[in-house]
Amino acid sequence: MASKVIHAIYTDDDLLLQAVKQVRDARYHIAEIYTPFPVHGLDKAMGLEPTRLAIASFIYGLIGMSVAILMMNFIMISDWPQDIGGKPSFSFLQNLPAFVPIIFELTVFFAAHLMVITFYMRSKLWPFKAAENPDVRTTDDHFLMEIDASNHSVEELSKFLYNTGALEIKLIEN
Amino acid sequence: MIVGAIGLVYGFIAAPDTIEDVKEMMAADAHHGSEEVAVVENDTHLENPEHAEESHVTAEGHEGQEAHGEEASHGDEHYEHILHQLQNKPWAAVYIAAFFFFMIALGTMAFYAIQQAAQAGWSPVLFRVMEGITAYLLPGSIIMFVLLALSGFHFNHLFIWMDPEVVAHDELIQNKTAYLNVPFLLIRAAIYIAGWNIFRYLMRRNSLRLDEATDDRLHKTNFKLAAGFLVFFLVSESMMSWDWIMSVDPHWFSTLFGWYVFASMIVSAVTMIALVTIYLKSRGFLEYVNDSHIHDLAKFMFGFSIFWTYLWFSQFMLIWYSNIPEEVTYFITRIDDYTLPFFGMVVMNFVFPVLLLMNSDYKRINLFVIMAGIIILCGHYMDIYVMIMPSTVGESWFIGIPEISALLMFAGLFVFIVFSGLTKAPLLPKRNPFIKESKHFHY
Repeated sequence: MASKVIHAIYTDDDLLLQAVKQVRDARYHIAEIYTPFPVHGLDKAMGLEPTRLAIASFIYGLIGMSVAILMMNFIMISDWPQDIGGKPSFSFLQNLPAFVPIIFELTVFFAAHLMVITFYMRSKLWPFKAAENPDVRTTDDHFLMEIDASNHSVEELSKFLYNTGALEIKLIEN
Repeated sequence: MIVGAIGLVYGFIAAPDTIEDVKEMMAADAHHGSEEVAVVENDTHLENPEHAEESHVTAEGHEGQEAHGEEASHGDEHYEHILHQLQNKPWAAVYIAAFFFFMIALGTMAFYAIQQAAQAGWSPVLFRVMEGITAYLLPGSIIMFVLLALSGFHFNHLFIWMDPEVVAHDELIQNKTAYLNVPFLLIRAAIYIAGWNIFRYLMRRNSLRLDEATDDRLHKTNFKLAAGFLVFFLVSESMMSWDWIMSVDPHWFSTLFGWYVFASMIVSAVTMIALVTIYLKSRGFLEYVNDSHIHDLAKFMFGFSIFWTYLWFSQFMLIWYSNIPEEVTYFITRIDDYTLPFFGMVVMNFVFPVLLLMNSDYKRINLFVIMAGIIILCGHYMDIYVMIMPSTVGESWFIGIPEISALLMFAGLFVFIVFSGLTKAPLLPKRNPFIKESKHFHY
């Protein structure tokens, strides 16, 4: 199946947002958008599903908290109780205030690191991966919208995109 | 201007409440006086071995107050303490409620100044709400000043260092008299109050004049005033918290107490802004406020709740860990005698808002914001309660008629003044340079 896509390049993020709305209203399918920086509200304009990363992060935080609690309980209470400043050393609950900073740090540590790793895995990123962006200018100051053109008249679509303010329209066949 | 109608009606509904409450509170006070005498008479002939181990904080606190009970037995001295504690109780209740609402107004002023100084683009549609809440700053601070002056003239014994007989027997307080003395306290209080109110008056006036102005010069003036206010506020607020709260327990000190009170203040203030905004919005005013504004306020509520917990815990953990007797008494009285309010407020101020406001969608739902807001306000009332009560009434605490009626009275006064303040100006600062951005604010 030969797929045809059109690359439309914009130079302004507000213009891009407006164009995204127009393209979606006209029932064309946007495959991907490449931007040099995160464009505020673009995900909503494109109709992407809200991210579930926050839920994952909450769960990771809970895991971190549990690990820290179990770890501190094992180290400081059951395995090798130590008398530090005369604090109760045989009771987890009475010694809890001393453990709170550690529990907090490990919660943050687990949530942050696992969230980043999850993000990389979900977006299929790893070290030395070849860059996917079709046009290097999207890393500088240009915005590229990739529109699926397989079932549409290329002529009509290009004209439409030109009217939305695209600076450059390119047909890619592969 | 149409805003007037509902605001005033609401205010007038609240006003009778306040007068009733005043009567109720007076009745409660009188009732209490007679009850206390009865308590003393009934209990003198009971055995009291368990009272022998009364906490030493209250004991040392009331040493000097037994002017006319010197020849009495130990049992009588103890009831003397309880009597003084109970006599303190209605005063402390009024003091806590007065401070709580005053604190909300002051915190709102600080939040308003932060928005002005940061040139925030999202909040100008809420400026008039904030200005309305700061309308309570002047009456609230005058009430606080009067209460302090009454303490200074020995109408009550909230501040034991104001009692010369206590000071005569207490070397620690003697060494602090250069700072802790009644005239200087009142002078300081007058300076803070005058400063806050002058800034408030000027910023409010400029904000109103800006509506009619032809250029943005007044906006710049307000920016400078806001920056000046913040500098003045951070110093004065910190000293205010030492003077008005920490000194009820003059032996104890904590270096981050000012921040701790500030955290309580700002989170209560943001919560109050959110509640008033939602209320006005539900009555059809504030047409430009959308759920993104509520979302931002809820984010602040969430964030400052965590900030409060952080400071609460920092203060607690350092004192708990070092376990120095002169510091740790503060928490021992609170944990032993005030177990439920002390830990209850942590649940109310931290666990509840965190779990409820964590979800980004919930921050946009008015019902959740109101629920969390009410819990947060109750929790911070408890916070102030736990700061003041242990040092003034000791073990004889109870949330009864004086506390609730004092709270209701100041709540009524607060609502009345805030809503009549809201009616005095159009609710949209139309000439603010950021107003367009704020109207379209969308996240």
